[in-house]
Amino acid sequence: MKKIPSSLKNMILSLCLIGIFSAFIIGSVHQITEKPIAEAKNRAEADAIYKIIGMKADNNPFADKLKVKLKNSKSKLTVYPLKKDGLIKAFAIKSNSNKGFGGKLEILVGITIDGYILGYEVLKSQETPGLGSKVSEEKFKSQFVGLRPKEELKVKQDGGEIDAVTAATISSRAVTEAVQKAYDGYKKLSHRR
Amino acid sequence: MDKTSKENLTRGIIRENPTFVMLLGMCPTLGVTTSALNGLGMGLATMFVLALSNMAVSSFKNVIPDGVRIPAYIVIIASFVTVIEMLMAAYVPLLHRALGIYIPLIVVNCIILGRAEAFASKNSIGQSLLDGIGMGLGFTIALFLLGSIREILGSGSFLGYNFFDEGAETILMFIMPPGAFLVLGFLIVIFNRIKGAK
Repeated sequence: MKKIPSSLKNMILSLCLIGIFSAFIIGSVHQITEKPIAEAKNRAEADAIYKIIGMKADNNPFADKLKVKLKNSKSKLTVYPLKKDGLIKAFAIKSNSNKGFGGKLEILVGITIDGYILGYEVLKSQETPGLGSKVSEEKFKSQFVGLRPKEELKVKQDGGEIDAVTAATISSRAVTEAVQKAYDGYKKLSHRR
Repeated sequence: MDKTSKENLTRGIIRENPTFVMLLGMCPTLGVTTSALNGLGMGLATMFVLALSNMAVSSFKNVIPDGVRIPAYIVIIASFVTVIEMLMAAYVPLLHRALGIYIPLIVVNCIILGRAEAFASKNSIGQSLLDGIGMGLGFTIALFLLGSIREILGSGSFLGYNFFDEGAETILMFIMPPGAFLVLGFLIVIFNRIKGAK
């Protein structure tokens, strides 16, 4: 077969044909992967919740989720309440910070009903592997466990109590800010009740 | 396998290695190779897109008029990139998260458009597939090498396995951008040496 000439009609037809072909491929793959993608995302969050809270809740935290709006921010935080015997025992709060070294990072913070931080898990981050990514290692994470902060959480460089990861102050600061945001969300929730 | 097929398959691995010899696709090469696994994942994803887009371009080559060939190739490449992005998000979410923005950026990787233009648009479907796999392999090997060296020097680990206790001092520079340039430079030197000796 010979190559067709570049007339206007041919060009339009050929681009249409290719458009249809690619729409068909993307559409069919989307149908196959839609459910696994949603499941993978939910599973990551469910795992994170279980890891922080360390208990099996009676309720389905995803079904009972609520939103909390913070004072000086436009976006809302998602809160998953965990119940035992019908009473809320703890919250898993999805928080974020835009100040990460690699842009936005998202963490899930566990806070008991009396305001003790249980810990956090990193859900999404673009921090430098081997440097900023160390904020998801135990050494840094454990500093938050058991805290019931009265003052704002800050890294030592900013006059706070949190030891930043060596050579990754920006990432540490971002995580600290996100934990603080989650705590603000908790305070607002417990105030409301 | 006859001689041309073999030639098309192996050309990309050493003689015309896209990274070390043609110096194409430098953005993902330098950007994602902070660990061996990231390099490997990025290489394989690119290889998948390269093989499929080469085949598609080759099968459509007679119905694509010259005047619109670049937009046509880009649409084909972008479709396959979207496909692999969805597949990765569904089945390897951890790798998908680690590679982040670099997956959609495969669309603008000049290796892929380069092979579509230089090879697939002039050759048969089977040969184009072989060329795509060969070039993809060359790219994967290059990224894996670069990622391994940077991970070993920079984080003191290989494929996530730590050599040292936590808190050991490693050469942090190698997982930051300057380290990428340095390692790439040295690898190109070594590569040219090997090629020249032949």
